[in-house]
Amino acid sequence: MSRTALVVDDSISMRQMVCHTLSRAGFQTIEAGNGAEGLKQLDGAGRSGKRVDLIITDLNMPVMDGIEFIRQVRSLDQARYTPVLMLTTESSGDKKMQGKAAGATGWIVKPFDPARLVEVIGRVLP
Amino acid sequence: MSIDLSEFKDVFFEESADHLAAMETLLLELEAHPEDSERMHAIFRAVHSIKGSAAMFGFDEVVRFAHGFESLLDDMRSARVRNTAVLTGLLLRASDLLQSLVAAAKSEGGPESGGLSAAATALLGEIDAARGGAVTAAAVAASAAKGEERRTRNLEVHFTPEPGIFTTGMDPLFVLRDLAEAGSGYTAATYVSGLPHLDALDVSRCYLRWTAHLATDRGDDEIRDLFAFVEDGAEIKIEDTSPAAALETAPAAAAVPVAAQAVPPGQPVDSPTVRVATAKVDKLVDLVGELVIAQSVASQILEHFTMERLAEMREAFVNLERNTRELQERVMAVRMQPLAGVFSRFPRLVRDLAAQTGKRIALETGGEETELDKGVIERLADPLTHLVRNAVDHGIERPADRKDAGKPEQGVVRLTAHHESGNVIVEVADDGKGLNLDRIRAKAIERGLVTAGENLSEEEIQGLIFRPGFSTAEKVTDVSGRGVGMDVVRRNVEAMSGTVTVHSRHGRGSVFRIKLPLTLAILDGLLVRVGTEVFILPLISIAESIRPRPQELRQVGGGGEVVMVRGQALPLLRLHRMFGLEGAEEDPTAASVVILDQDNRRFALLVDDLLGQQQVVVKSLEAHFRKVDGVMGATILGDGRAALILDVAGLIAIGGGRSLAGVLD
Repeated sequence: MSRTALVVDDSISMRQMVCHTLSRAGFQTIEAGNGAEGLKQLDGAGRSGKRVDLIITDLNMPVMDGIEFIRQVRSLDQARYTPVLMLTTESSGDKKMQGKAAGATGWIVKPFDPARLVEVIGRVLP
Repeated sequence: MSIDLSEFKDVFFEESADHLAAMETLLLELEAHPEDSERMHAIFRAVHSIKGSAAMFGFDEVVRFAHGFESLLDDMRSARVRNTAVLTGLLLRASDLLQSLVAAAKSEGGPESGGLSAAATALLGEIDAARGGAVTAAAVAASAAKGEERRTRNLEVHFTPEPGIFTTGMDPLFVLRDLAEAGSGYTAATYVSGLPHLDALDVSRCYLRWTAHLATDRGDDEIRDLFAFVEDGAEIKIEDTSPAAALETAPAAAAVPVAAQAVPPGQPVDSPTVRVATAKVDKLVDLVGELVIAQSVASQILEHFTMERLAEMREAFVNLERNTRELQERVMAVRMQPLAGVFSRFPRLVRDLAAQTGKRIALETGGEETELDKGVIERLADPLTHLVRNAVDHGIERPADRKDAGKPEQGVVRLTAHHESGNVIVEVADDGKGLNLDRIRAKAIERGLVTAGENLSEEEIQGLIFRPGFSTAEKVTDVSGRGVGMDVVRRNVEAMSGTVTVHSRHGRGSVFRIKLPLTLAILDGLLVRVGTEVFILPLISIAESIRPRPQELRQVGGGGEVVMVRGQALPLLRLHRMFGLEGAEEDPTAASVVILDQDNRRFALLVDDLLGQQQVVVKSLEAHFRKVDGVMGATILGDGRAALILDVAGLIAIGGGRSLAGVLD
């Protein structure tokens, strides 16, 4: 059975690139343009009995940013233990640390190498 | 598995264009609300987003500049740097340059073409200064160093994982393997001193720690990123053990220019794209579904057909027809885009022009949501720009003059759009001084456009400004320049099957009104027959059709003919003669005359017969043949024959004079 990933990013091109990479790795993908939309997607997936196996999120987004999104994801029963990867260009640790504190599993630095992304996902998802 | 992401470049360029356009609007709004943090954040995100995706495609110059730009915006949004008018100017220039850099990346000419790289460096300098100097200077230098010649360092990395690391599904070995790949000469020592006595050993705990050595050109941050998943509770220390002397060695050999590197792989293919609301696509999918059902119903009836089922068959076809028509309309709707895309460029233009001319002008827009065919929208930008420039330059007066005239010092240019009976009307209005009829008339006489004795209505005089070679500006200004006049606006608009008119009141202002068809791809036409040929006339240009009585036909001097229609003499053009056709009806009283109306100019066109109205799909003739005066395009008729679609404005222009014979050969 194929697995499902939720990709949250306000940049359409970035979202499409991540989704393309994920679909090549056998994932079904759901997209959202910001944290609030991401929560809505999670909620929708939960209602239709769909399991989201992985969440990849940008940090800088309008309406609801990635940090707040991660925090709220961690308060949801169905997503408490879902691996959450942050997509970040911030190489200085501040944002990353905030994300970790909010409950992120790890981060991927933009620009990302698709093969590397797949490899990293392989690690967080047994 | 190799995954190629280059196909997403187009998405990136489109998205960047949107970001840049939105940014400009936001920057201009920011001028009025310098402390608005929402706008500030939105601008930051736009630049940040462009930087992120640009890095994916290796557009280094875009990334380098966006990084500096973003730093300034970050300072501003966190209120480390206060917004000022000067700063807004700088931000606008930065946004322009970012746009050029993205454009250079798109054309694959590289940033070196046109000295963009130097411009970027210069502007980054200004940005530094704005940020209070030196802040980014170091950062830019560092990132430049990062991009060009990265220094190799010897690192010692200490890693003590969190003891519970195995329970999180992580394996410290992953990190060590990544570390080995991050540089050369990797060696690692494993410290087992933390291992407890066998009795006390918990197999789910990690008691080991490591120290790795490697030579790498990656920065500390990048090395630290390798630990992204094992960081929690872990101890990670990175030390530079390079010999001090290594810091001094200027790597002269490494500084070999990387100039003649990438050969651009041919011309980039610029395939225009349309972004479509998902709802529109969903509706199409629904309709196609219905169409398939209707079609299968029809074929089922056909399979077991008896005459008794004729009514059923007919109904099935009615369904098919309805679905097909709706599908056609919906597909056309896909090409429809809101005018907001064009309108959004004007706030900036007006701001800059007002600053240049020392006038105070507010731009008001309305009806941006009005949709038009994508092709029309793209071609509308130029004429519209010209009209707005004119309104600013010639229309609106200087503040002092306005005050003298008892008007508010700030002038208003209003840009609006709305639907009107199957057309879209776009208006550029100003509350400036209006057209000076006396001067227009004098100029027209001077230019030989009209004679001194000619009796002209107000409307006719105003219409003169659209004639070729007319310019009323007292002196050539920086803004509207010389040569290109209103006649070009008119030509551009007419090329889109539109019309442009002006209504002006002296001292009160002018309204330029552009009337455009909703789409260029489909046209409501009247099919007419001439001899054995069928032509199509755009329904929009047709006033009426008549069969003249003999006493309504007159011969005039120079071999011309006129038809009297309700007391008005209209020139009669014989279509068969214009196209050199044989076998056509020569006697107007036995044929049909179509009265055509274009820009309030009327004339009569002689054809053999009217065949009926039909929607036709316009195929460009130019793409396959060449531009022919009087012909707008061609179409395929229901019976498979090709027919020419006539261009009424063109027909008037050649007005019975020149023969079109030969076109059909």
